[in-house]
Amino acid sequence: MRILVVEDDKDVAGFVVRGLKEAGHVVEHADNGRDGLFLAASESFDAVILDRMLPGGIDGLKILETLRGQKNHVPVLILSALAEVDERVKGLKAGGDDYLTKPFAFAELLARVEALARRGKSEGPLTKLVVEDLELDLLSRQVKRASQKIDLQPREFRLLEYLMRHAGQVVTRTMLLEGVWDYHFDPQTNVIDVHVSRLRQKVDKPFPVPLIQTVRNAGYMLRAEPV
Amino acid sequence: MDQVSPPPPLEEAGWGEGCVPPGSAAVRTPPPNLGPLRGPSPQGEGENPAVAAAPPEPPPRRSPLSLFRSAGLRFAAVYALLLAASAAALAMFLWWSTAGLLDRQTEAAIHADAQGLSERWAEGGLPALVLTIEDRLAGNVDDDAIYLLVDPMMRRVAGNLERWPAVVHQAGLWYELPVRRAGITSLARLQRYDLPNGFHLLIGRDVQVRAQLRTLLTDALLWALVIVGAMATAGALLVRSLFRRTLANVSATASAIAAGDFAQRVKLSGRGDEFDQLAETINDMLDRIGRLMDGVRQVSNAIAHDLRTPITRARTRLEDAALHAQSPEELRAAIERATADLDGIVAVFQALLRIAEIEAGSRRSAFARFDLAPSLADVAELYGAVAEDRQVALDVEAPDQVPAYGDRDLVQQAVANLVDNAVKFSPPGGQVRLRATATAAGVEIVVADQGPGIPASDRTRATERFFRGEAARSTPGAGLGLALVQAVAQLHQGTLRLDDAAPGLRAVLTLPAPEEARG
Repeated sequence: MRILVVEDDKDVAGFVVRGLKEAGHVVEHADNGRDGLFLAASESFDAVILDRMLPGGIDGLKILETLRGQKNHVPVLILSALAEVDERVKGLKAGGDDYLTKPFAFAELLARVEALARRGKSEGPLTKLVVEDLELDLLSRQVKRASQKIDLQPREFRLLEYLMRHAGQVVTRTMLLEGVWDYHFDPQTNVIDVHVSRLRQKVDKPFPVPLIQTVRNAGYMLRAEPV
Repeated sequence: MDQVSPPPPLEEAGWGEGCVPPGSAAVRTPPPNLGPLRGPSPQGEGENPAVAAAPPEPPPRRSPLSLFRSAGLRFAAVYALLLAASAAALAMFLWWSTAGLLDRQTEAAIHADAQGLSERWAEGGLPALVLTIEDRLAGNVDDDAIYLLVDPMMRRVAGNLERWPAVVHQAGLWYELPVRRAGITSLARLQRYDLPNGFHLLIGRDVQVRAQLRTLLTDALLWALVIVGAMATAGALLVRSLFRRTLANVSATASAIAAGDFAQRVKLSGRGDEFDQLAETINDMLDRIGRLMDGVRQVSNAIAHDLRTPITRARTRLEDAALHAQSPEELRAAIERATADLDGIVAVFQALLRIAEIEAGSRRSAFARFDLAPSLADVAELYGAVAEDRQVALDVEAPDQVPAYGDRDLVQQAVANLVDNAVKFSPPGGQVRLRATATAAGVEIVVADQGPGIPASDRTRATERFFRGEAARSTPGAGLGLALVQAVAQLHQGTLRLDDAAPGLRAVLTLPAPEEARG
């Protein structure tokens, strides 16, 4: 995927660019708002990672508003040290698709950017999600694995749905907390792990190949091969 | 009399100016850019006692210019101005209704005379006119009428004046001059009328008595002016000192606080007046600032002390790895552990910032009515799995609908923190009860566990940031959970109460209903 990183801090930018390249992405980097806006507006990207406070007179929100004003709907992840709820709301209102506060774990950033870029490509409403021999029917709300029906609680269904929609991608605990529970704060205890392990009991335990993989220091991933 | 400025004559026109010390008092109010005009010289010395008295008063450290920015002085000036303006208006009315009236009566009488005489002239010519004049002189009881009819050679034909006054040379003008009549000189008001055939007629009234009255009145009014000036000055000084005295209290408190004595508060006079209200508002503000400052101090102390431990740990791990790691794997493992430590520190910072954000109260604008029941169910669902894992029963007891008012996310987070604590401190086989009741006064959320609880002596401190009870030492956490709940409660003007559940802890979070709902 082609990703634009607009970030003025040399260390952070270098770290992010290197990491994204290692993950197999093509990365462009701009270290000020003017260049960032120029690149974002003139070239095509799958996702943009945007810092908010930038030198060069044009800050991140300005870039975002300009892009959205030009009907440019490239997925944008705002990466900012401004962590207050109001700031987050401001960023999302300006057209940001996701908001990650500094300091951040690279795994979190990568997972979120990949999720964003993939989302931009999804075609039409789905009625059925399939990963290997696992099937999730969004209309009848039924889950089958190897043609065997699996009974899930509503929340477990949503958790599995989220994992399946992001199959093959890393999904972090925060992403699950936000996407499945709509919680936007740190629950302190490892609640997510407990819920995932319960889901595993139902989806993986009775079958020879486990699908829900734990990604060390990052989160989870749904796919057949162990990570 | 020397108080009045010399140049304008003491006539009607001059009076208006002469009696306006306010005009000069007003000089003190204009914007500062007029400042240079002021000062001792151009305005004259004695003209305005208020100005003369004011300059020696300025507080020693102020320049003369800043004196005019003093609100006390401005109020004083306004007082003086108002007093002088009303006095001037009164004096003018008095003058108009006495001296002015007399003048107008005289003029009306002369006009009437002239009218009558000109009719006589038209009817009977010169003889009739002469006769009429003599008649009128004879019938003039007050002996104040003056007539003089002269022929073209300016020789007297009839009347009670001996000679035609030389200055009276134009018809239609009013003359006021001394005339000599029957050996006595007195003041007369005269008008000249030119008759056909070169005859001239002078009609007038002796106004000696009226002139005396007018002088008397003028004197009286001028003295009144002096008195008004003095009273305006005295009143202005009084107003200013009153103003200063009322402000001195607030000012002294503010200075003391500026100097570092934050315990000072504005004293109330007990009269419950506007100044008392102001003082109360200021005191409330100071209390709030004090609380905020305590909070900040507490937090910075906590950061200094409590974050030192995890930072030390991370640092030690890194240094230890740098010095002693035998293999890349060991090094990597140490770095990962240190990163996890740092993540923990970041989490603490985020929690601190969030509490600060809540305490700042800016989120109150997002308050709305919401149903708490689904939020409670969500929390119970989220922690239910964890509780079950630890063999703790999590029981929820709530009506189908719990109408609440506030910030849904924050309340949910507060409840989540309470449940998190309860589950964390529950012994295996224990029970955690989450109960919500809605009353007219608001919502009461109770979270009770069967854990070690918090000893009564620690309960008040349990909601402080970074406070960790004895029982909490061995469990993970930074001691910020209850602090956040407390902040959320305060934001909603509710309370967080910690009770003994015997055994265990019972946390009671109350959120009042919005004012209008309580009625």
